[in-house]
Amino acid sequence: MRKDGNDGGSLITVELPNALCSYTEQNPSLVLDEPCKTVADALAALGRKSPGALDRIMDERGDVRRHVNLFVNGENVRFLDGLGTAVPNGATIFVLAAVSGG
Amino acid sequence: MKGAFVLRSDKSRKKWKIEGPHFRGEAVYALLHDTRGDRPRTFAATNSMHWGPTLRTSNDNGATWSEPGPQTVRFPADSGRALGQIWQIAPGRATEPDVFYCGVEPAALFESRDGGESWQPNQGLLNHEHQPKWQPGGGGLCLHTIVLDPDNRRRMLIAMSTGGVYRSEDGGKSWRARNAGVRAQFMPEEHRYPEFGQCVHKVVHHPSRPERLFLQNHWGLYRSDDWGDNWTDIANGVPSDFGFAMQMHPHDPDTVYIVPIEADVFRATPEAKLRVYRTRNAGGSWQPLTKGLPQSGAYENVLRDALAADSFDSAGIYFGTRSGKLYGSRDEGTSWTEIADALPPIVCVKTGTTGAA
Repeated sequence: MRKDGNDGGSLITVELPNALCSYTEQNPSLVLDEPCKTVADALAALGRKSPGALDRIMDERGDVRRHVNLFVNGENVRFLDGLGTAVPNGATIFVLAAVSGG
Repeated sequence: MKGAFVLRSDKSRKKWKIEGPHFRGEAVYALLHDTRGDRPRTFAATNSMHWGPTLRTSNDNGATWSEPGPQTVRFPADSGRALGQIWQIAPGRATEPDVFYCGVEPAALFESRDGGESWQPNQGLLNHEHQPKWQPGGGGLCLHTIVLDPDNRRRMLIAMSTGGVYRSEDGGKSWRARNAGVRAQFMPEEHRYPEFGQCVHKVVHHPSRPERLFLQNHWGLYRSDDWGDNWTDIANGVPSDFGFAMQMHPHDPDTVYIVPIEADVFRATPEAKLRVYRTRNAGGSWQPLTKGLPQSGAYENVLRDALAADSFDSAGIYFGTRSGKLYGSRDEGTSWTEIADALPPIVCVKTGTTGAA
């Protein structure tokens, strides 16, 4: 297994908020079944499963929307390496609406 | 600002039933009810503070709406831009029922030729030489007005804040700024009439006289008789020439409605009186319409797409305020009634007529 990511198993889980479940047939939890070293990889894999969900998380420039937060194992990636943050084997990525907005 | 409300009435327009909100918590800056094709369709541009903008459609006059899929109105990856908001949804010409236009922020025009399924940015505006110098107004850098020549498919006009008015004579391939005579109050005095950069708030015309345009500016009320080549001041008898909203009468090409606002630094109705102004002589003079509207203590604002007309013989005129009040008139503005008094802030009012009315 690589130190900087997972080994390609089906072990990365993305937890989505209710607001995005209309894009995933009401499934709030998606397991990614392709190799993902970083958050960017995981989002790309999410986009292949659900392009609509990805469009709500990232704009067409590839920037995470301003009022969206991504957590890897409980840590906000804004305070780690952003989209370059490593996703360890078995990690869960939470997608959450920021406290701002509404 | 918090969703879309659908208000239904019969032809008498005396009683209204409110439905909604649809899209709870999302801002809806643009709506369109289109009846050109073989089935009426309603479009709503929704924008979630968290999850961004999207375009939705309804095939049952706004009762139910499509779930959004992948974003269809999107900038090309190499443009370096991302969709902030859809400010306007406009139908194409009557003879082109599958054509629609969207005006968006950051300022750009999108076109659909397949009934709104897919959208392409207008390259002439996207890559316009003036584009780097367009600056955002208070609402952002938005393209909010789309005016088509109903007869000439090669001619169309758009307006943006800021940037001003641009017109194409070649079907949207190229665009020329058309702002001669329109002032930019926020510029140094000797530069107040630039080629472009004006903060135009709305432009309207009547399809029976398409060359004659009326313009509500960020300071300034204007008319053009030549598709925007020249603009003349028509602020004759209004308490302020600042304002946002402007609406054409559906049948009379000489009648236009506005809601003057005191100033950009005090965005409220002058003298705390809520007054719609109407001209019946194409801007030669304007008269206040006050019957049924509060004439004291009314510090209201009516935004650029919050004034609308229906298509009945005795035209209904409607407007919504920033404070969430909706007013309607069944007699072309002569008298008004309050239809709703505690909605969220209103940014967009549009009308549609269904066959069952």
